[in-house]
Amino acid sequence: MSLPLVEVTDLKVYFPIRSGLVVERHVGDVKAVDGVSLTIFKGETLGLVGESGCGKTTVGRTILRLYEPTSGRIVIDGKDITDLPERELRPLRDKMQMVFQDPYSSLNPRQNVGSIVAEPLLIHGMERKEVDAKVRHLIEVVGLPHDAANRYPHEFSGGQRQRIGLARSLALNPALIVADEPVSALDVSIQAQMINLLEDLQDEFDLTYLFVAHDLAVVRHISDRIAVMYLGKIMEIAPSQELYTAPSHPYTKALLSAVPIPDPKVERSRERIILKGDLPSPVNPPPGCRFHTRCPYVQETRCRTEVPELRAMKQGQVVACHFAEEIADGKITPRSEMVGLAP
Amino acid sequence: MSEPLLSVTDLEVRFKSRRGTIHAVNGISFDLRAGETLGIVGESGCGKSVTSLAMLGILPRQAYPADGSVMFGGRDLLRLKDQEMREVRGKDIAMIFQDPMTSLNPILTIGRQLTESLRRHLKMDKETAREEAVSLLDRVGISDAGDRLRSYPHQFSGGMRQRVMIAMAISCRPKILIADEPTTALDVTIQAQILELLKRLVSEEQMALILITHDLGVVAGVCDRTNVMYAGGFVETGATESLFATPRHPYTAGLLDSVPRLDASGKQRLVPIPGTVKTLMEKPTSCAFAPRCMYAVDESRREVPPLREIAPGHHVACFNPVPESDLPQGAITEAR
Repeated sequence: MSLPLVEVTDLKVYFPIRSGLVVERHVGDVKAVDGVSLTIFKGETLGLVGESGCGKTTVGRTILRLYEPTSGRIVIDGKDITDLPERELRPLRDKMQMVFQDPYSSLNPRQNVGSIVAEPLLIHGMERKEVDAKVRHLIEVVGLPHDAANRYPHEFSGGQRQRIGLARSLALNPALIVADEPVSALDVSIQAQMINLLEDLQDEFDLTYLFVAHDLAVVRHISDRIAVMYLGKIMEIAPSQELYTAPSHPYTKALLSAVPIPDPKVERSRERIILKGDLPSPVNPPPGCRFHTRCPYVQETRCRTEVPELRAMKQGQVVACHFAEEIADGKITPRSEMVGLAP
Repeated sequence: MSEPLLSVTDLEVRFKSRRGTIHAVNGISFDLRAGETLGIVGESGCGKSVTSLAMLGILPRQAYPADGSVMFGGRDLLRLKDQEMREVRGKDIAMIFQDPMTSLNPILTIGRQLTESLRRHLKMDKETAREEAVSLLDRVGISDAGDRLRSYPHQFSGGMRQRVMIAMAISCRPKILIADEPTTALDVTIQAQILELLKRLVSEEQMALILITHDLGVVAGVCDRTNVMYAGGFVETGATESLFATPRHPYTAGLLDSVPRLDASGKQRLVPIPGTVKTLMEKPTSCAFAPRCMYAVDESRREVPPLREIAPGHHVACFNPVPESDLPQGAITEAR
């Protein structure tokens, strides 16, 4: 196995809630990320999935120090960047870049494409002459038309804009790209073009991806390993094949069974876990296992009182569930009212 | 076979815009039978939502009056007066939208909004309407329904709001429910809940359902029949099973090949559809998909292909349908 590029240990990111008109009192915290540990190895794609509000975007952004961590440790390429002042962080930023979800709001409408892509190069001190050649190269690499440099973002479709954003993040030859829902705003036929491009670029430039998305089918397609988040915590990390064939955490099982598959034969015959209720609030998450309020396998002991630690199950698979083994062996079965065949 | 409940013929919708007329829907026809679930799938801008708005007479102001006919209960809905249409809308044909926050009124209680159509269409008095509202909320899976009537939309989560929308939609026992991307704004576990709910209600109420979505997976799970839409026209229609198992239009086949499947075995490269959708600034005179199509023949570039039946109940608008030997891998992968 290759070396780790990113090591995150017990990361917590809390956003304070303040209230009061004159004196703002600190009345609580949104515990967006609450003790996340993960490793991203060089050259791999780690998928980070979960439903809205689970903290996956916050993890991605905090790894790049776009948000300040409340506690925990972030090590990138052997260097601890958790508390680095901005001045020392900036030279390292060329190694880590971000691709955003919304191709409309992440590009300045008054800058032409050439200047959007050139900006990071100029900031990091490249000569003007070299910049032009590099920009031309980048525009070609991401598959934009040759005359794109002189045109403006509004002249491009959503898919092409996403390519502009990608050219900008590739400009500084980064080692790590955090891609936050990079294809969710795109139509399916365009989505496939973008996914293939991301895969090609990874091979060509030796990139490591943290791929943050809610669409499990896309994540499974592109990722080597997948981390599943729920309410600020990681529930399971596994190689993507194993995660699909043998999910260990009840939440992973439920999530997988909820994803529609474009095949009526499969859709109408597979077993489905329909979770009851909504996500609890991250301001006041449930005690014990955060998933216990919706878990079809919940037990009388431990689940409601004791926070499950992430522990190794099989080769390369870690899971945060007290009863993962018993569930895998079929000794604990889900409560029947929560499971059904798709009618 | 029974008489269709709803019969749409040559529906055409055009919009005024600064750069000219946009031909959003170009002569589509379909029938809907009582109790049937029909999926309309397509990518953004293909005209699938506009189709439903036109049927209900709620097109935005920039639209020209729709052409064609929408026959329902012996009357053409496109020719009804506003007053008559209001009696159909919400009563016989109800609709739910993608974003439940913008379709609910933020300053009225849930109870007030739920009882409105009951009192209007079914002429219930206040007390009966309230009782009915409680039982409706109960049926869509909202607990403590009595207390919930006093809540405002912002006090509900996205999934709950969609449940409220569904409760409102079914309140007058409509014969047809049109659901336009009802789960697109929701998380996948909540989507599963809402789709289950819709399926259950449709079969309990014997309602017909038109489900409009971009998600092939959603259609596969819910709909008896599927119409695939591209650039304002239907390119392929048929029973969901046969359409997914043997997609014959190159666009349908291309769509199925370009979506990653959760149950794919091993890592296959996706096959994207090359190019992009062209704008609909003129009425098509040739196959709209031809510029992106590897099966296009000379005829495709000269004429608009009509829908033709290639297997019982399975229609394709293509001069050179995908040969069965070329069927996409995704479609022939046997169910695991």
